[in-house]
Amino acid sequence: MDIILDNIGLYRDGLLMTLRICLYAAIGSMALGTAIAMFRVSPIPPLRGMGTAWVTVFRNCPLTVVLFFCAFGLPELGINGSYLWFGITGLVLYTSAFVCEAVRSGINAVPTGQAEAARAVGLSFTQSLRDVVLPQAVRSVVPPLGSVIIAMIKNSAIVGAFGVGGELFSVQARLTSAQGLDLIPVLLGVAAGYLIITIPAGLALGMIERRVAVAR
Amino acid sequence: MSTAVLYDQPGPRTRRRILVGSILAGVAFAVLVVLVLLRLAAGGQLTEEKWGPVLNPANPSFVALWTNLGLALLHNVEAAGLAMALSLLLGTLLALARITLPRWGRWSVAAPMEFLRGLPVVITIFFAARVMPALGVNLPLLWYLVIGLTAYNSVIIAEIVRAGLASLPRGQSEAAAAVGLTRGQALLSILLPQAFRAMLPALISQLVVIFKDTSLGFVIQYVEVVRFAAIAIQELRNPLQLYLTIGAIFVLINYLLSRMAVWVERRLSHRGQRTPAHPAAAPLPGQPAVAGTSTAAGG
Repeated sequence: MDIILDNIGLYRDGLLMTLRICLYAAIGSMALGTAIAMFRVSPIPPLRGMGTAWVTVFRNCPLTVVLFFCAFGLPELGINGSYLWFGITGLVLYTSAFVCEAVRSGINAVPTGQAEAARAVGLSFTQSLRDVVLPQAVRSVVPPLGSVIIAMIKNSAIVGAFGVGGELFSVQARLTSAQGLDLIPVLLGVAAGYLIITIPAGLALGMIERRVAVAR
Repeated sequence: MSTAVLYDQPGPRTRRRILVGSILAGVAFAVLVVLVLLRLAAGGQLTEEKWGPVLNPANPSFVALWTNLGLALLHNVEAAGLAMALSLLLGTLLALARITLPRWGRWSVAAPMEFLRGLPVVITIFFAARVMPALGVNLPLLWYLVIGLTAYNSVIIAEIVRAGLASLPRGQSEAAAAVGLTRGQALLSILLPQAFRAMLPALISQLVVIFKDTSLGFVIQYVEVVRFAAIAIQELRNPLQLYLTIGAIFVLINYLLSRMAVWVERRLSHRGQRTPAHPAAAPLPGQPAVAGTSTAAGG
């Protein structure tokens, strides 16, 4: 316990760094995932195909491989950056596939009659999607999207294991190998750090879920 | 299919527009691919030296690379299989404990489960690999990975089992009680077998997750494919090519598993419809038949 309290500053910085990584990755993956979901429901076959391929690849490939690929592949394409940004990019690419599926399932949950009515009054594909279907889809998207984001927060630990310094999981390496502290309390501290984020996030999600849920 | 509801059957003008859109999208995609390939070629990433060990059987490294890659992949499969079997066993026990124990006992099971569920799998694996030796338990690396994966996934599987049991009609347990089975007998011989059948697709999906997570073995130096690639790269100097290959292997295996889950789900739902089908098969006068419009599959 003393070990955790003595290094509480380091843990706090790690927690903040993890939250920062997750914030960027959440914004990025939600934007990208929604765009790909639009591709997947669009009337243009090649776009649909690309969307499906994207989801198939990133949903079935381990995040570890995506991260390694970002770190070694992107520099070859002339994209340079720090490990931190490669880590965030990998997290965004991987999570976008799950966000896409959450959004798509939400779109599918909107009753058929809504889209039919939108078309009947003469709205175009874009209009009916933007003004009628998506606003209603948001309600059923919230629960699965929340689970995706919580999973992403947990996945961010892999970014730390992969070598992005300063993040919560990497605090462990710093305390044990650099300062030679006892491993078990240090790891318990790291575990507590993740639980501080994920358990309240799960409870908050449950509350939001109850609030946005509508009887259909 | 179900998304086609967003637009009408296209008329001639829309069909033309869709064609133009398709061509534009196709061209944009082709341009992107060409740009990436040009970049890769300029960086010397498309040479025989880089791809030969992976693609060219005549390359001196080809046989050794694929033999070792295959062995490493077997390590992934081994870890995934063991973790799946153990998680299934432990998950079922946890689910049963949560259902059958009195209130206080239920909480003593539920609380640790919530904690484990909130932890990243990397941490449970790392924990197993570092803490168990510190406590004097020395095992092969494989087992730390299996224990770490099981700790997390048994909780997830317990939730799947619980949902499976909850989805069964009440009449099943009532009928079991009526013919004089005890609660335990009813669970074992009536409820669990049906629940497992209903859960099969979800369990296969979880197997995909476990298989992906075996790649985290690299954190504890367990030689699975990702760790193997890191070693092979020091010799072959082709990280991009090797990680692409490994990614492709994972995508292929997991894609096939997911297709299997879909196939099983379809078979089960067909068979399931036959037994309780009396009201659904002949729709009641006031109800519309809901055969063709499959808009379900929400959350």
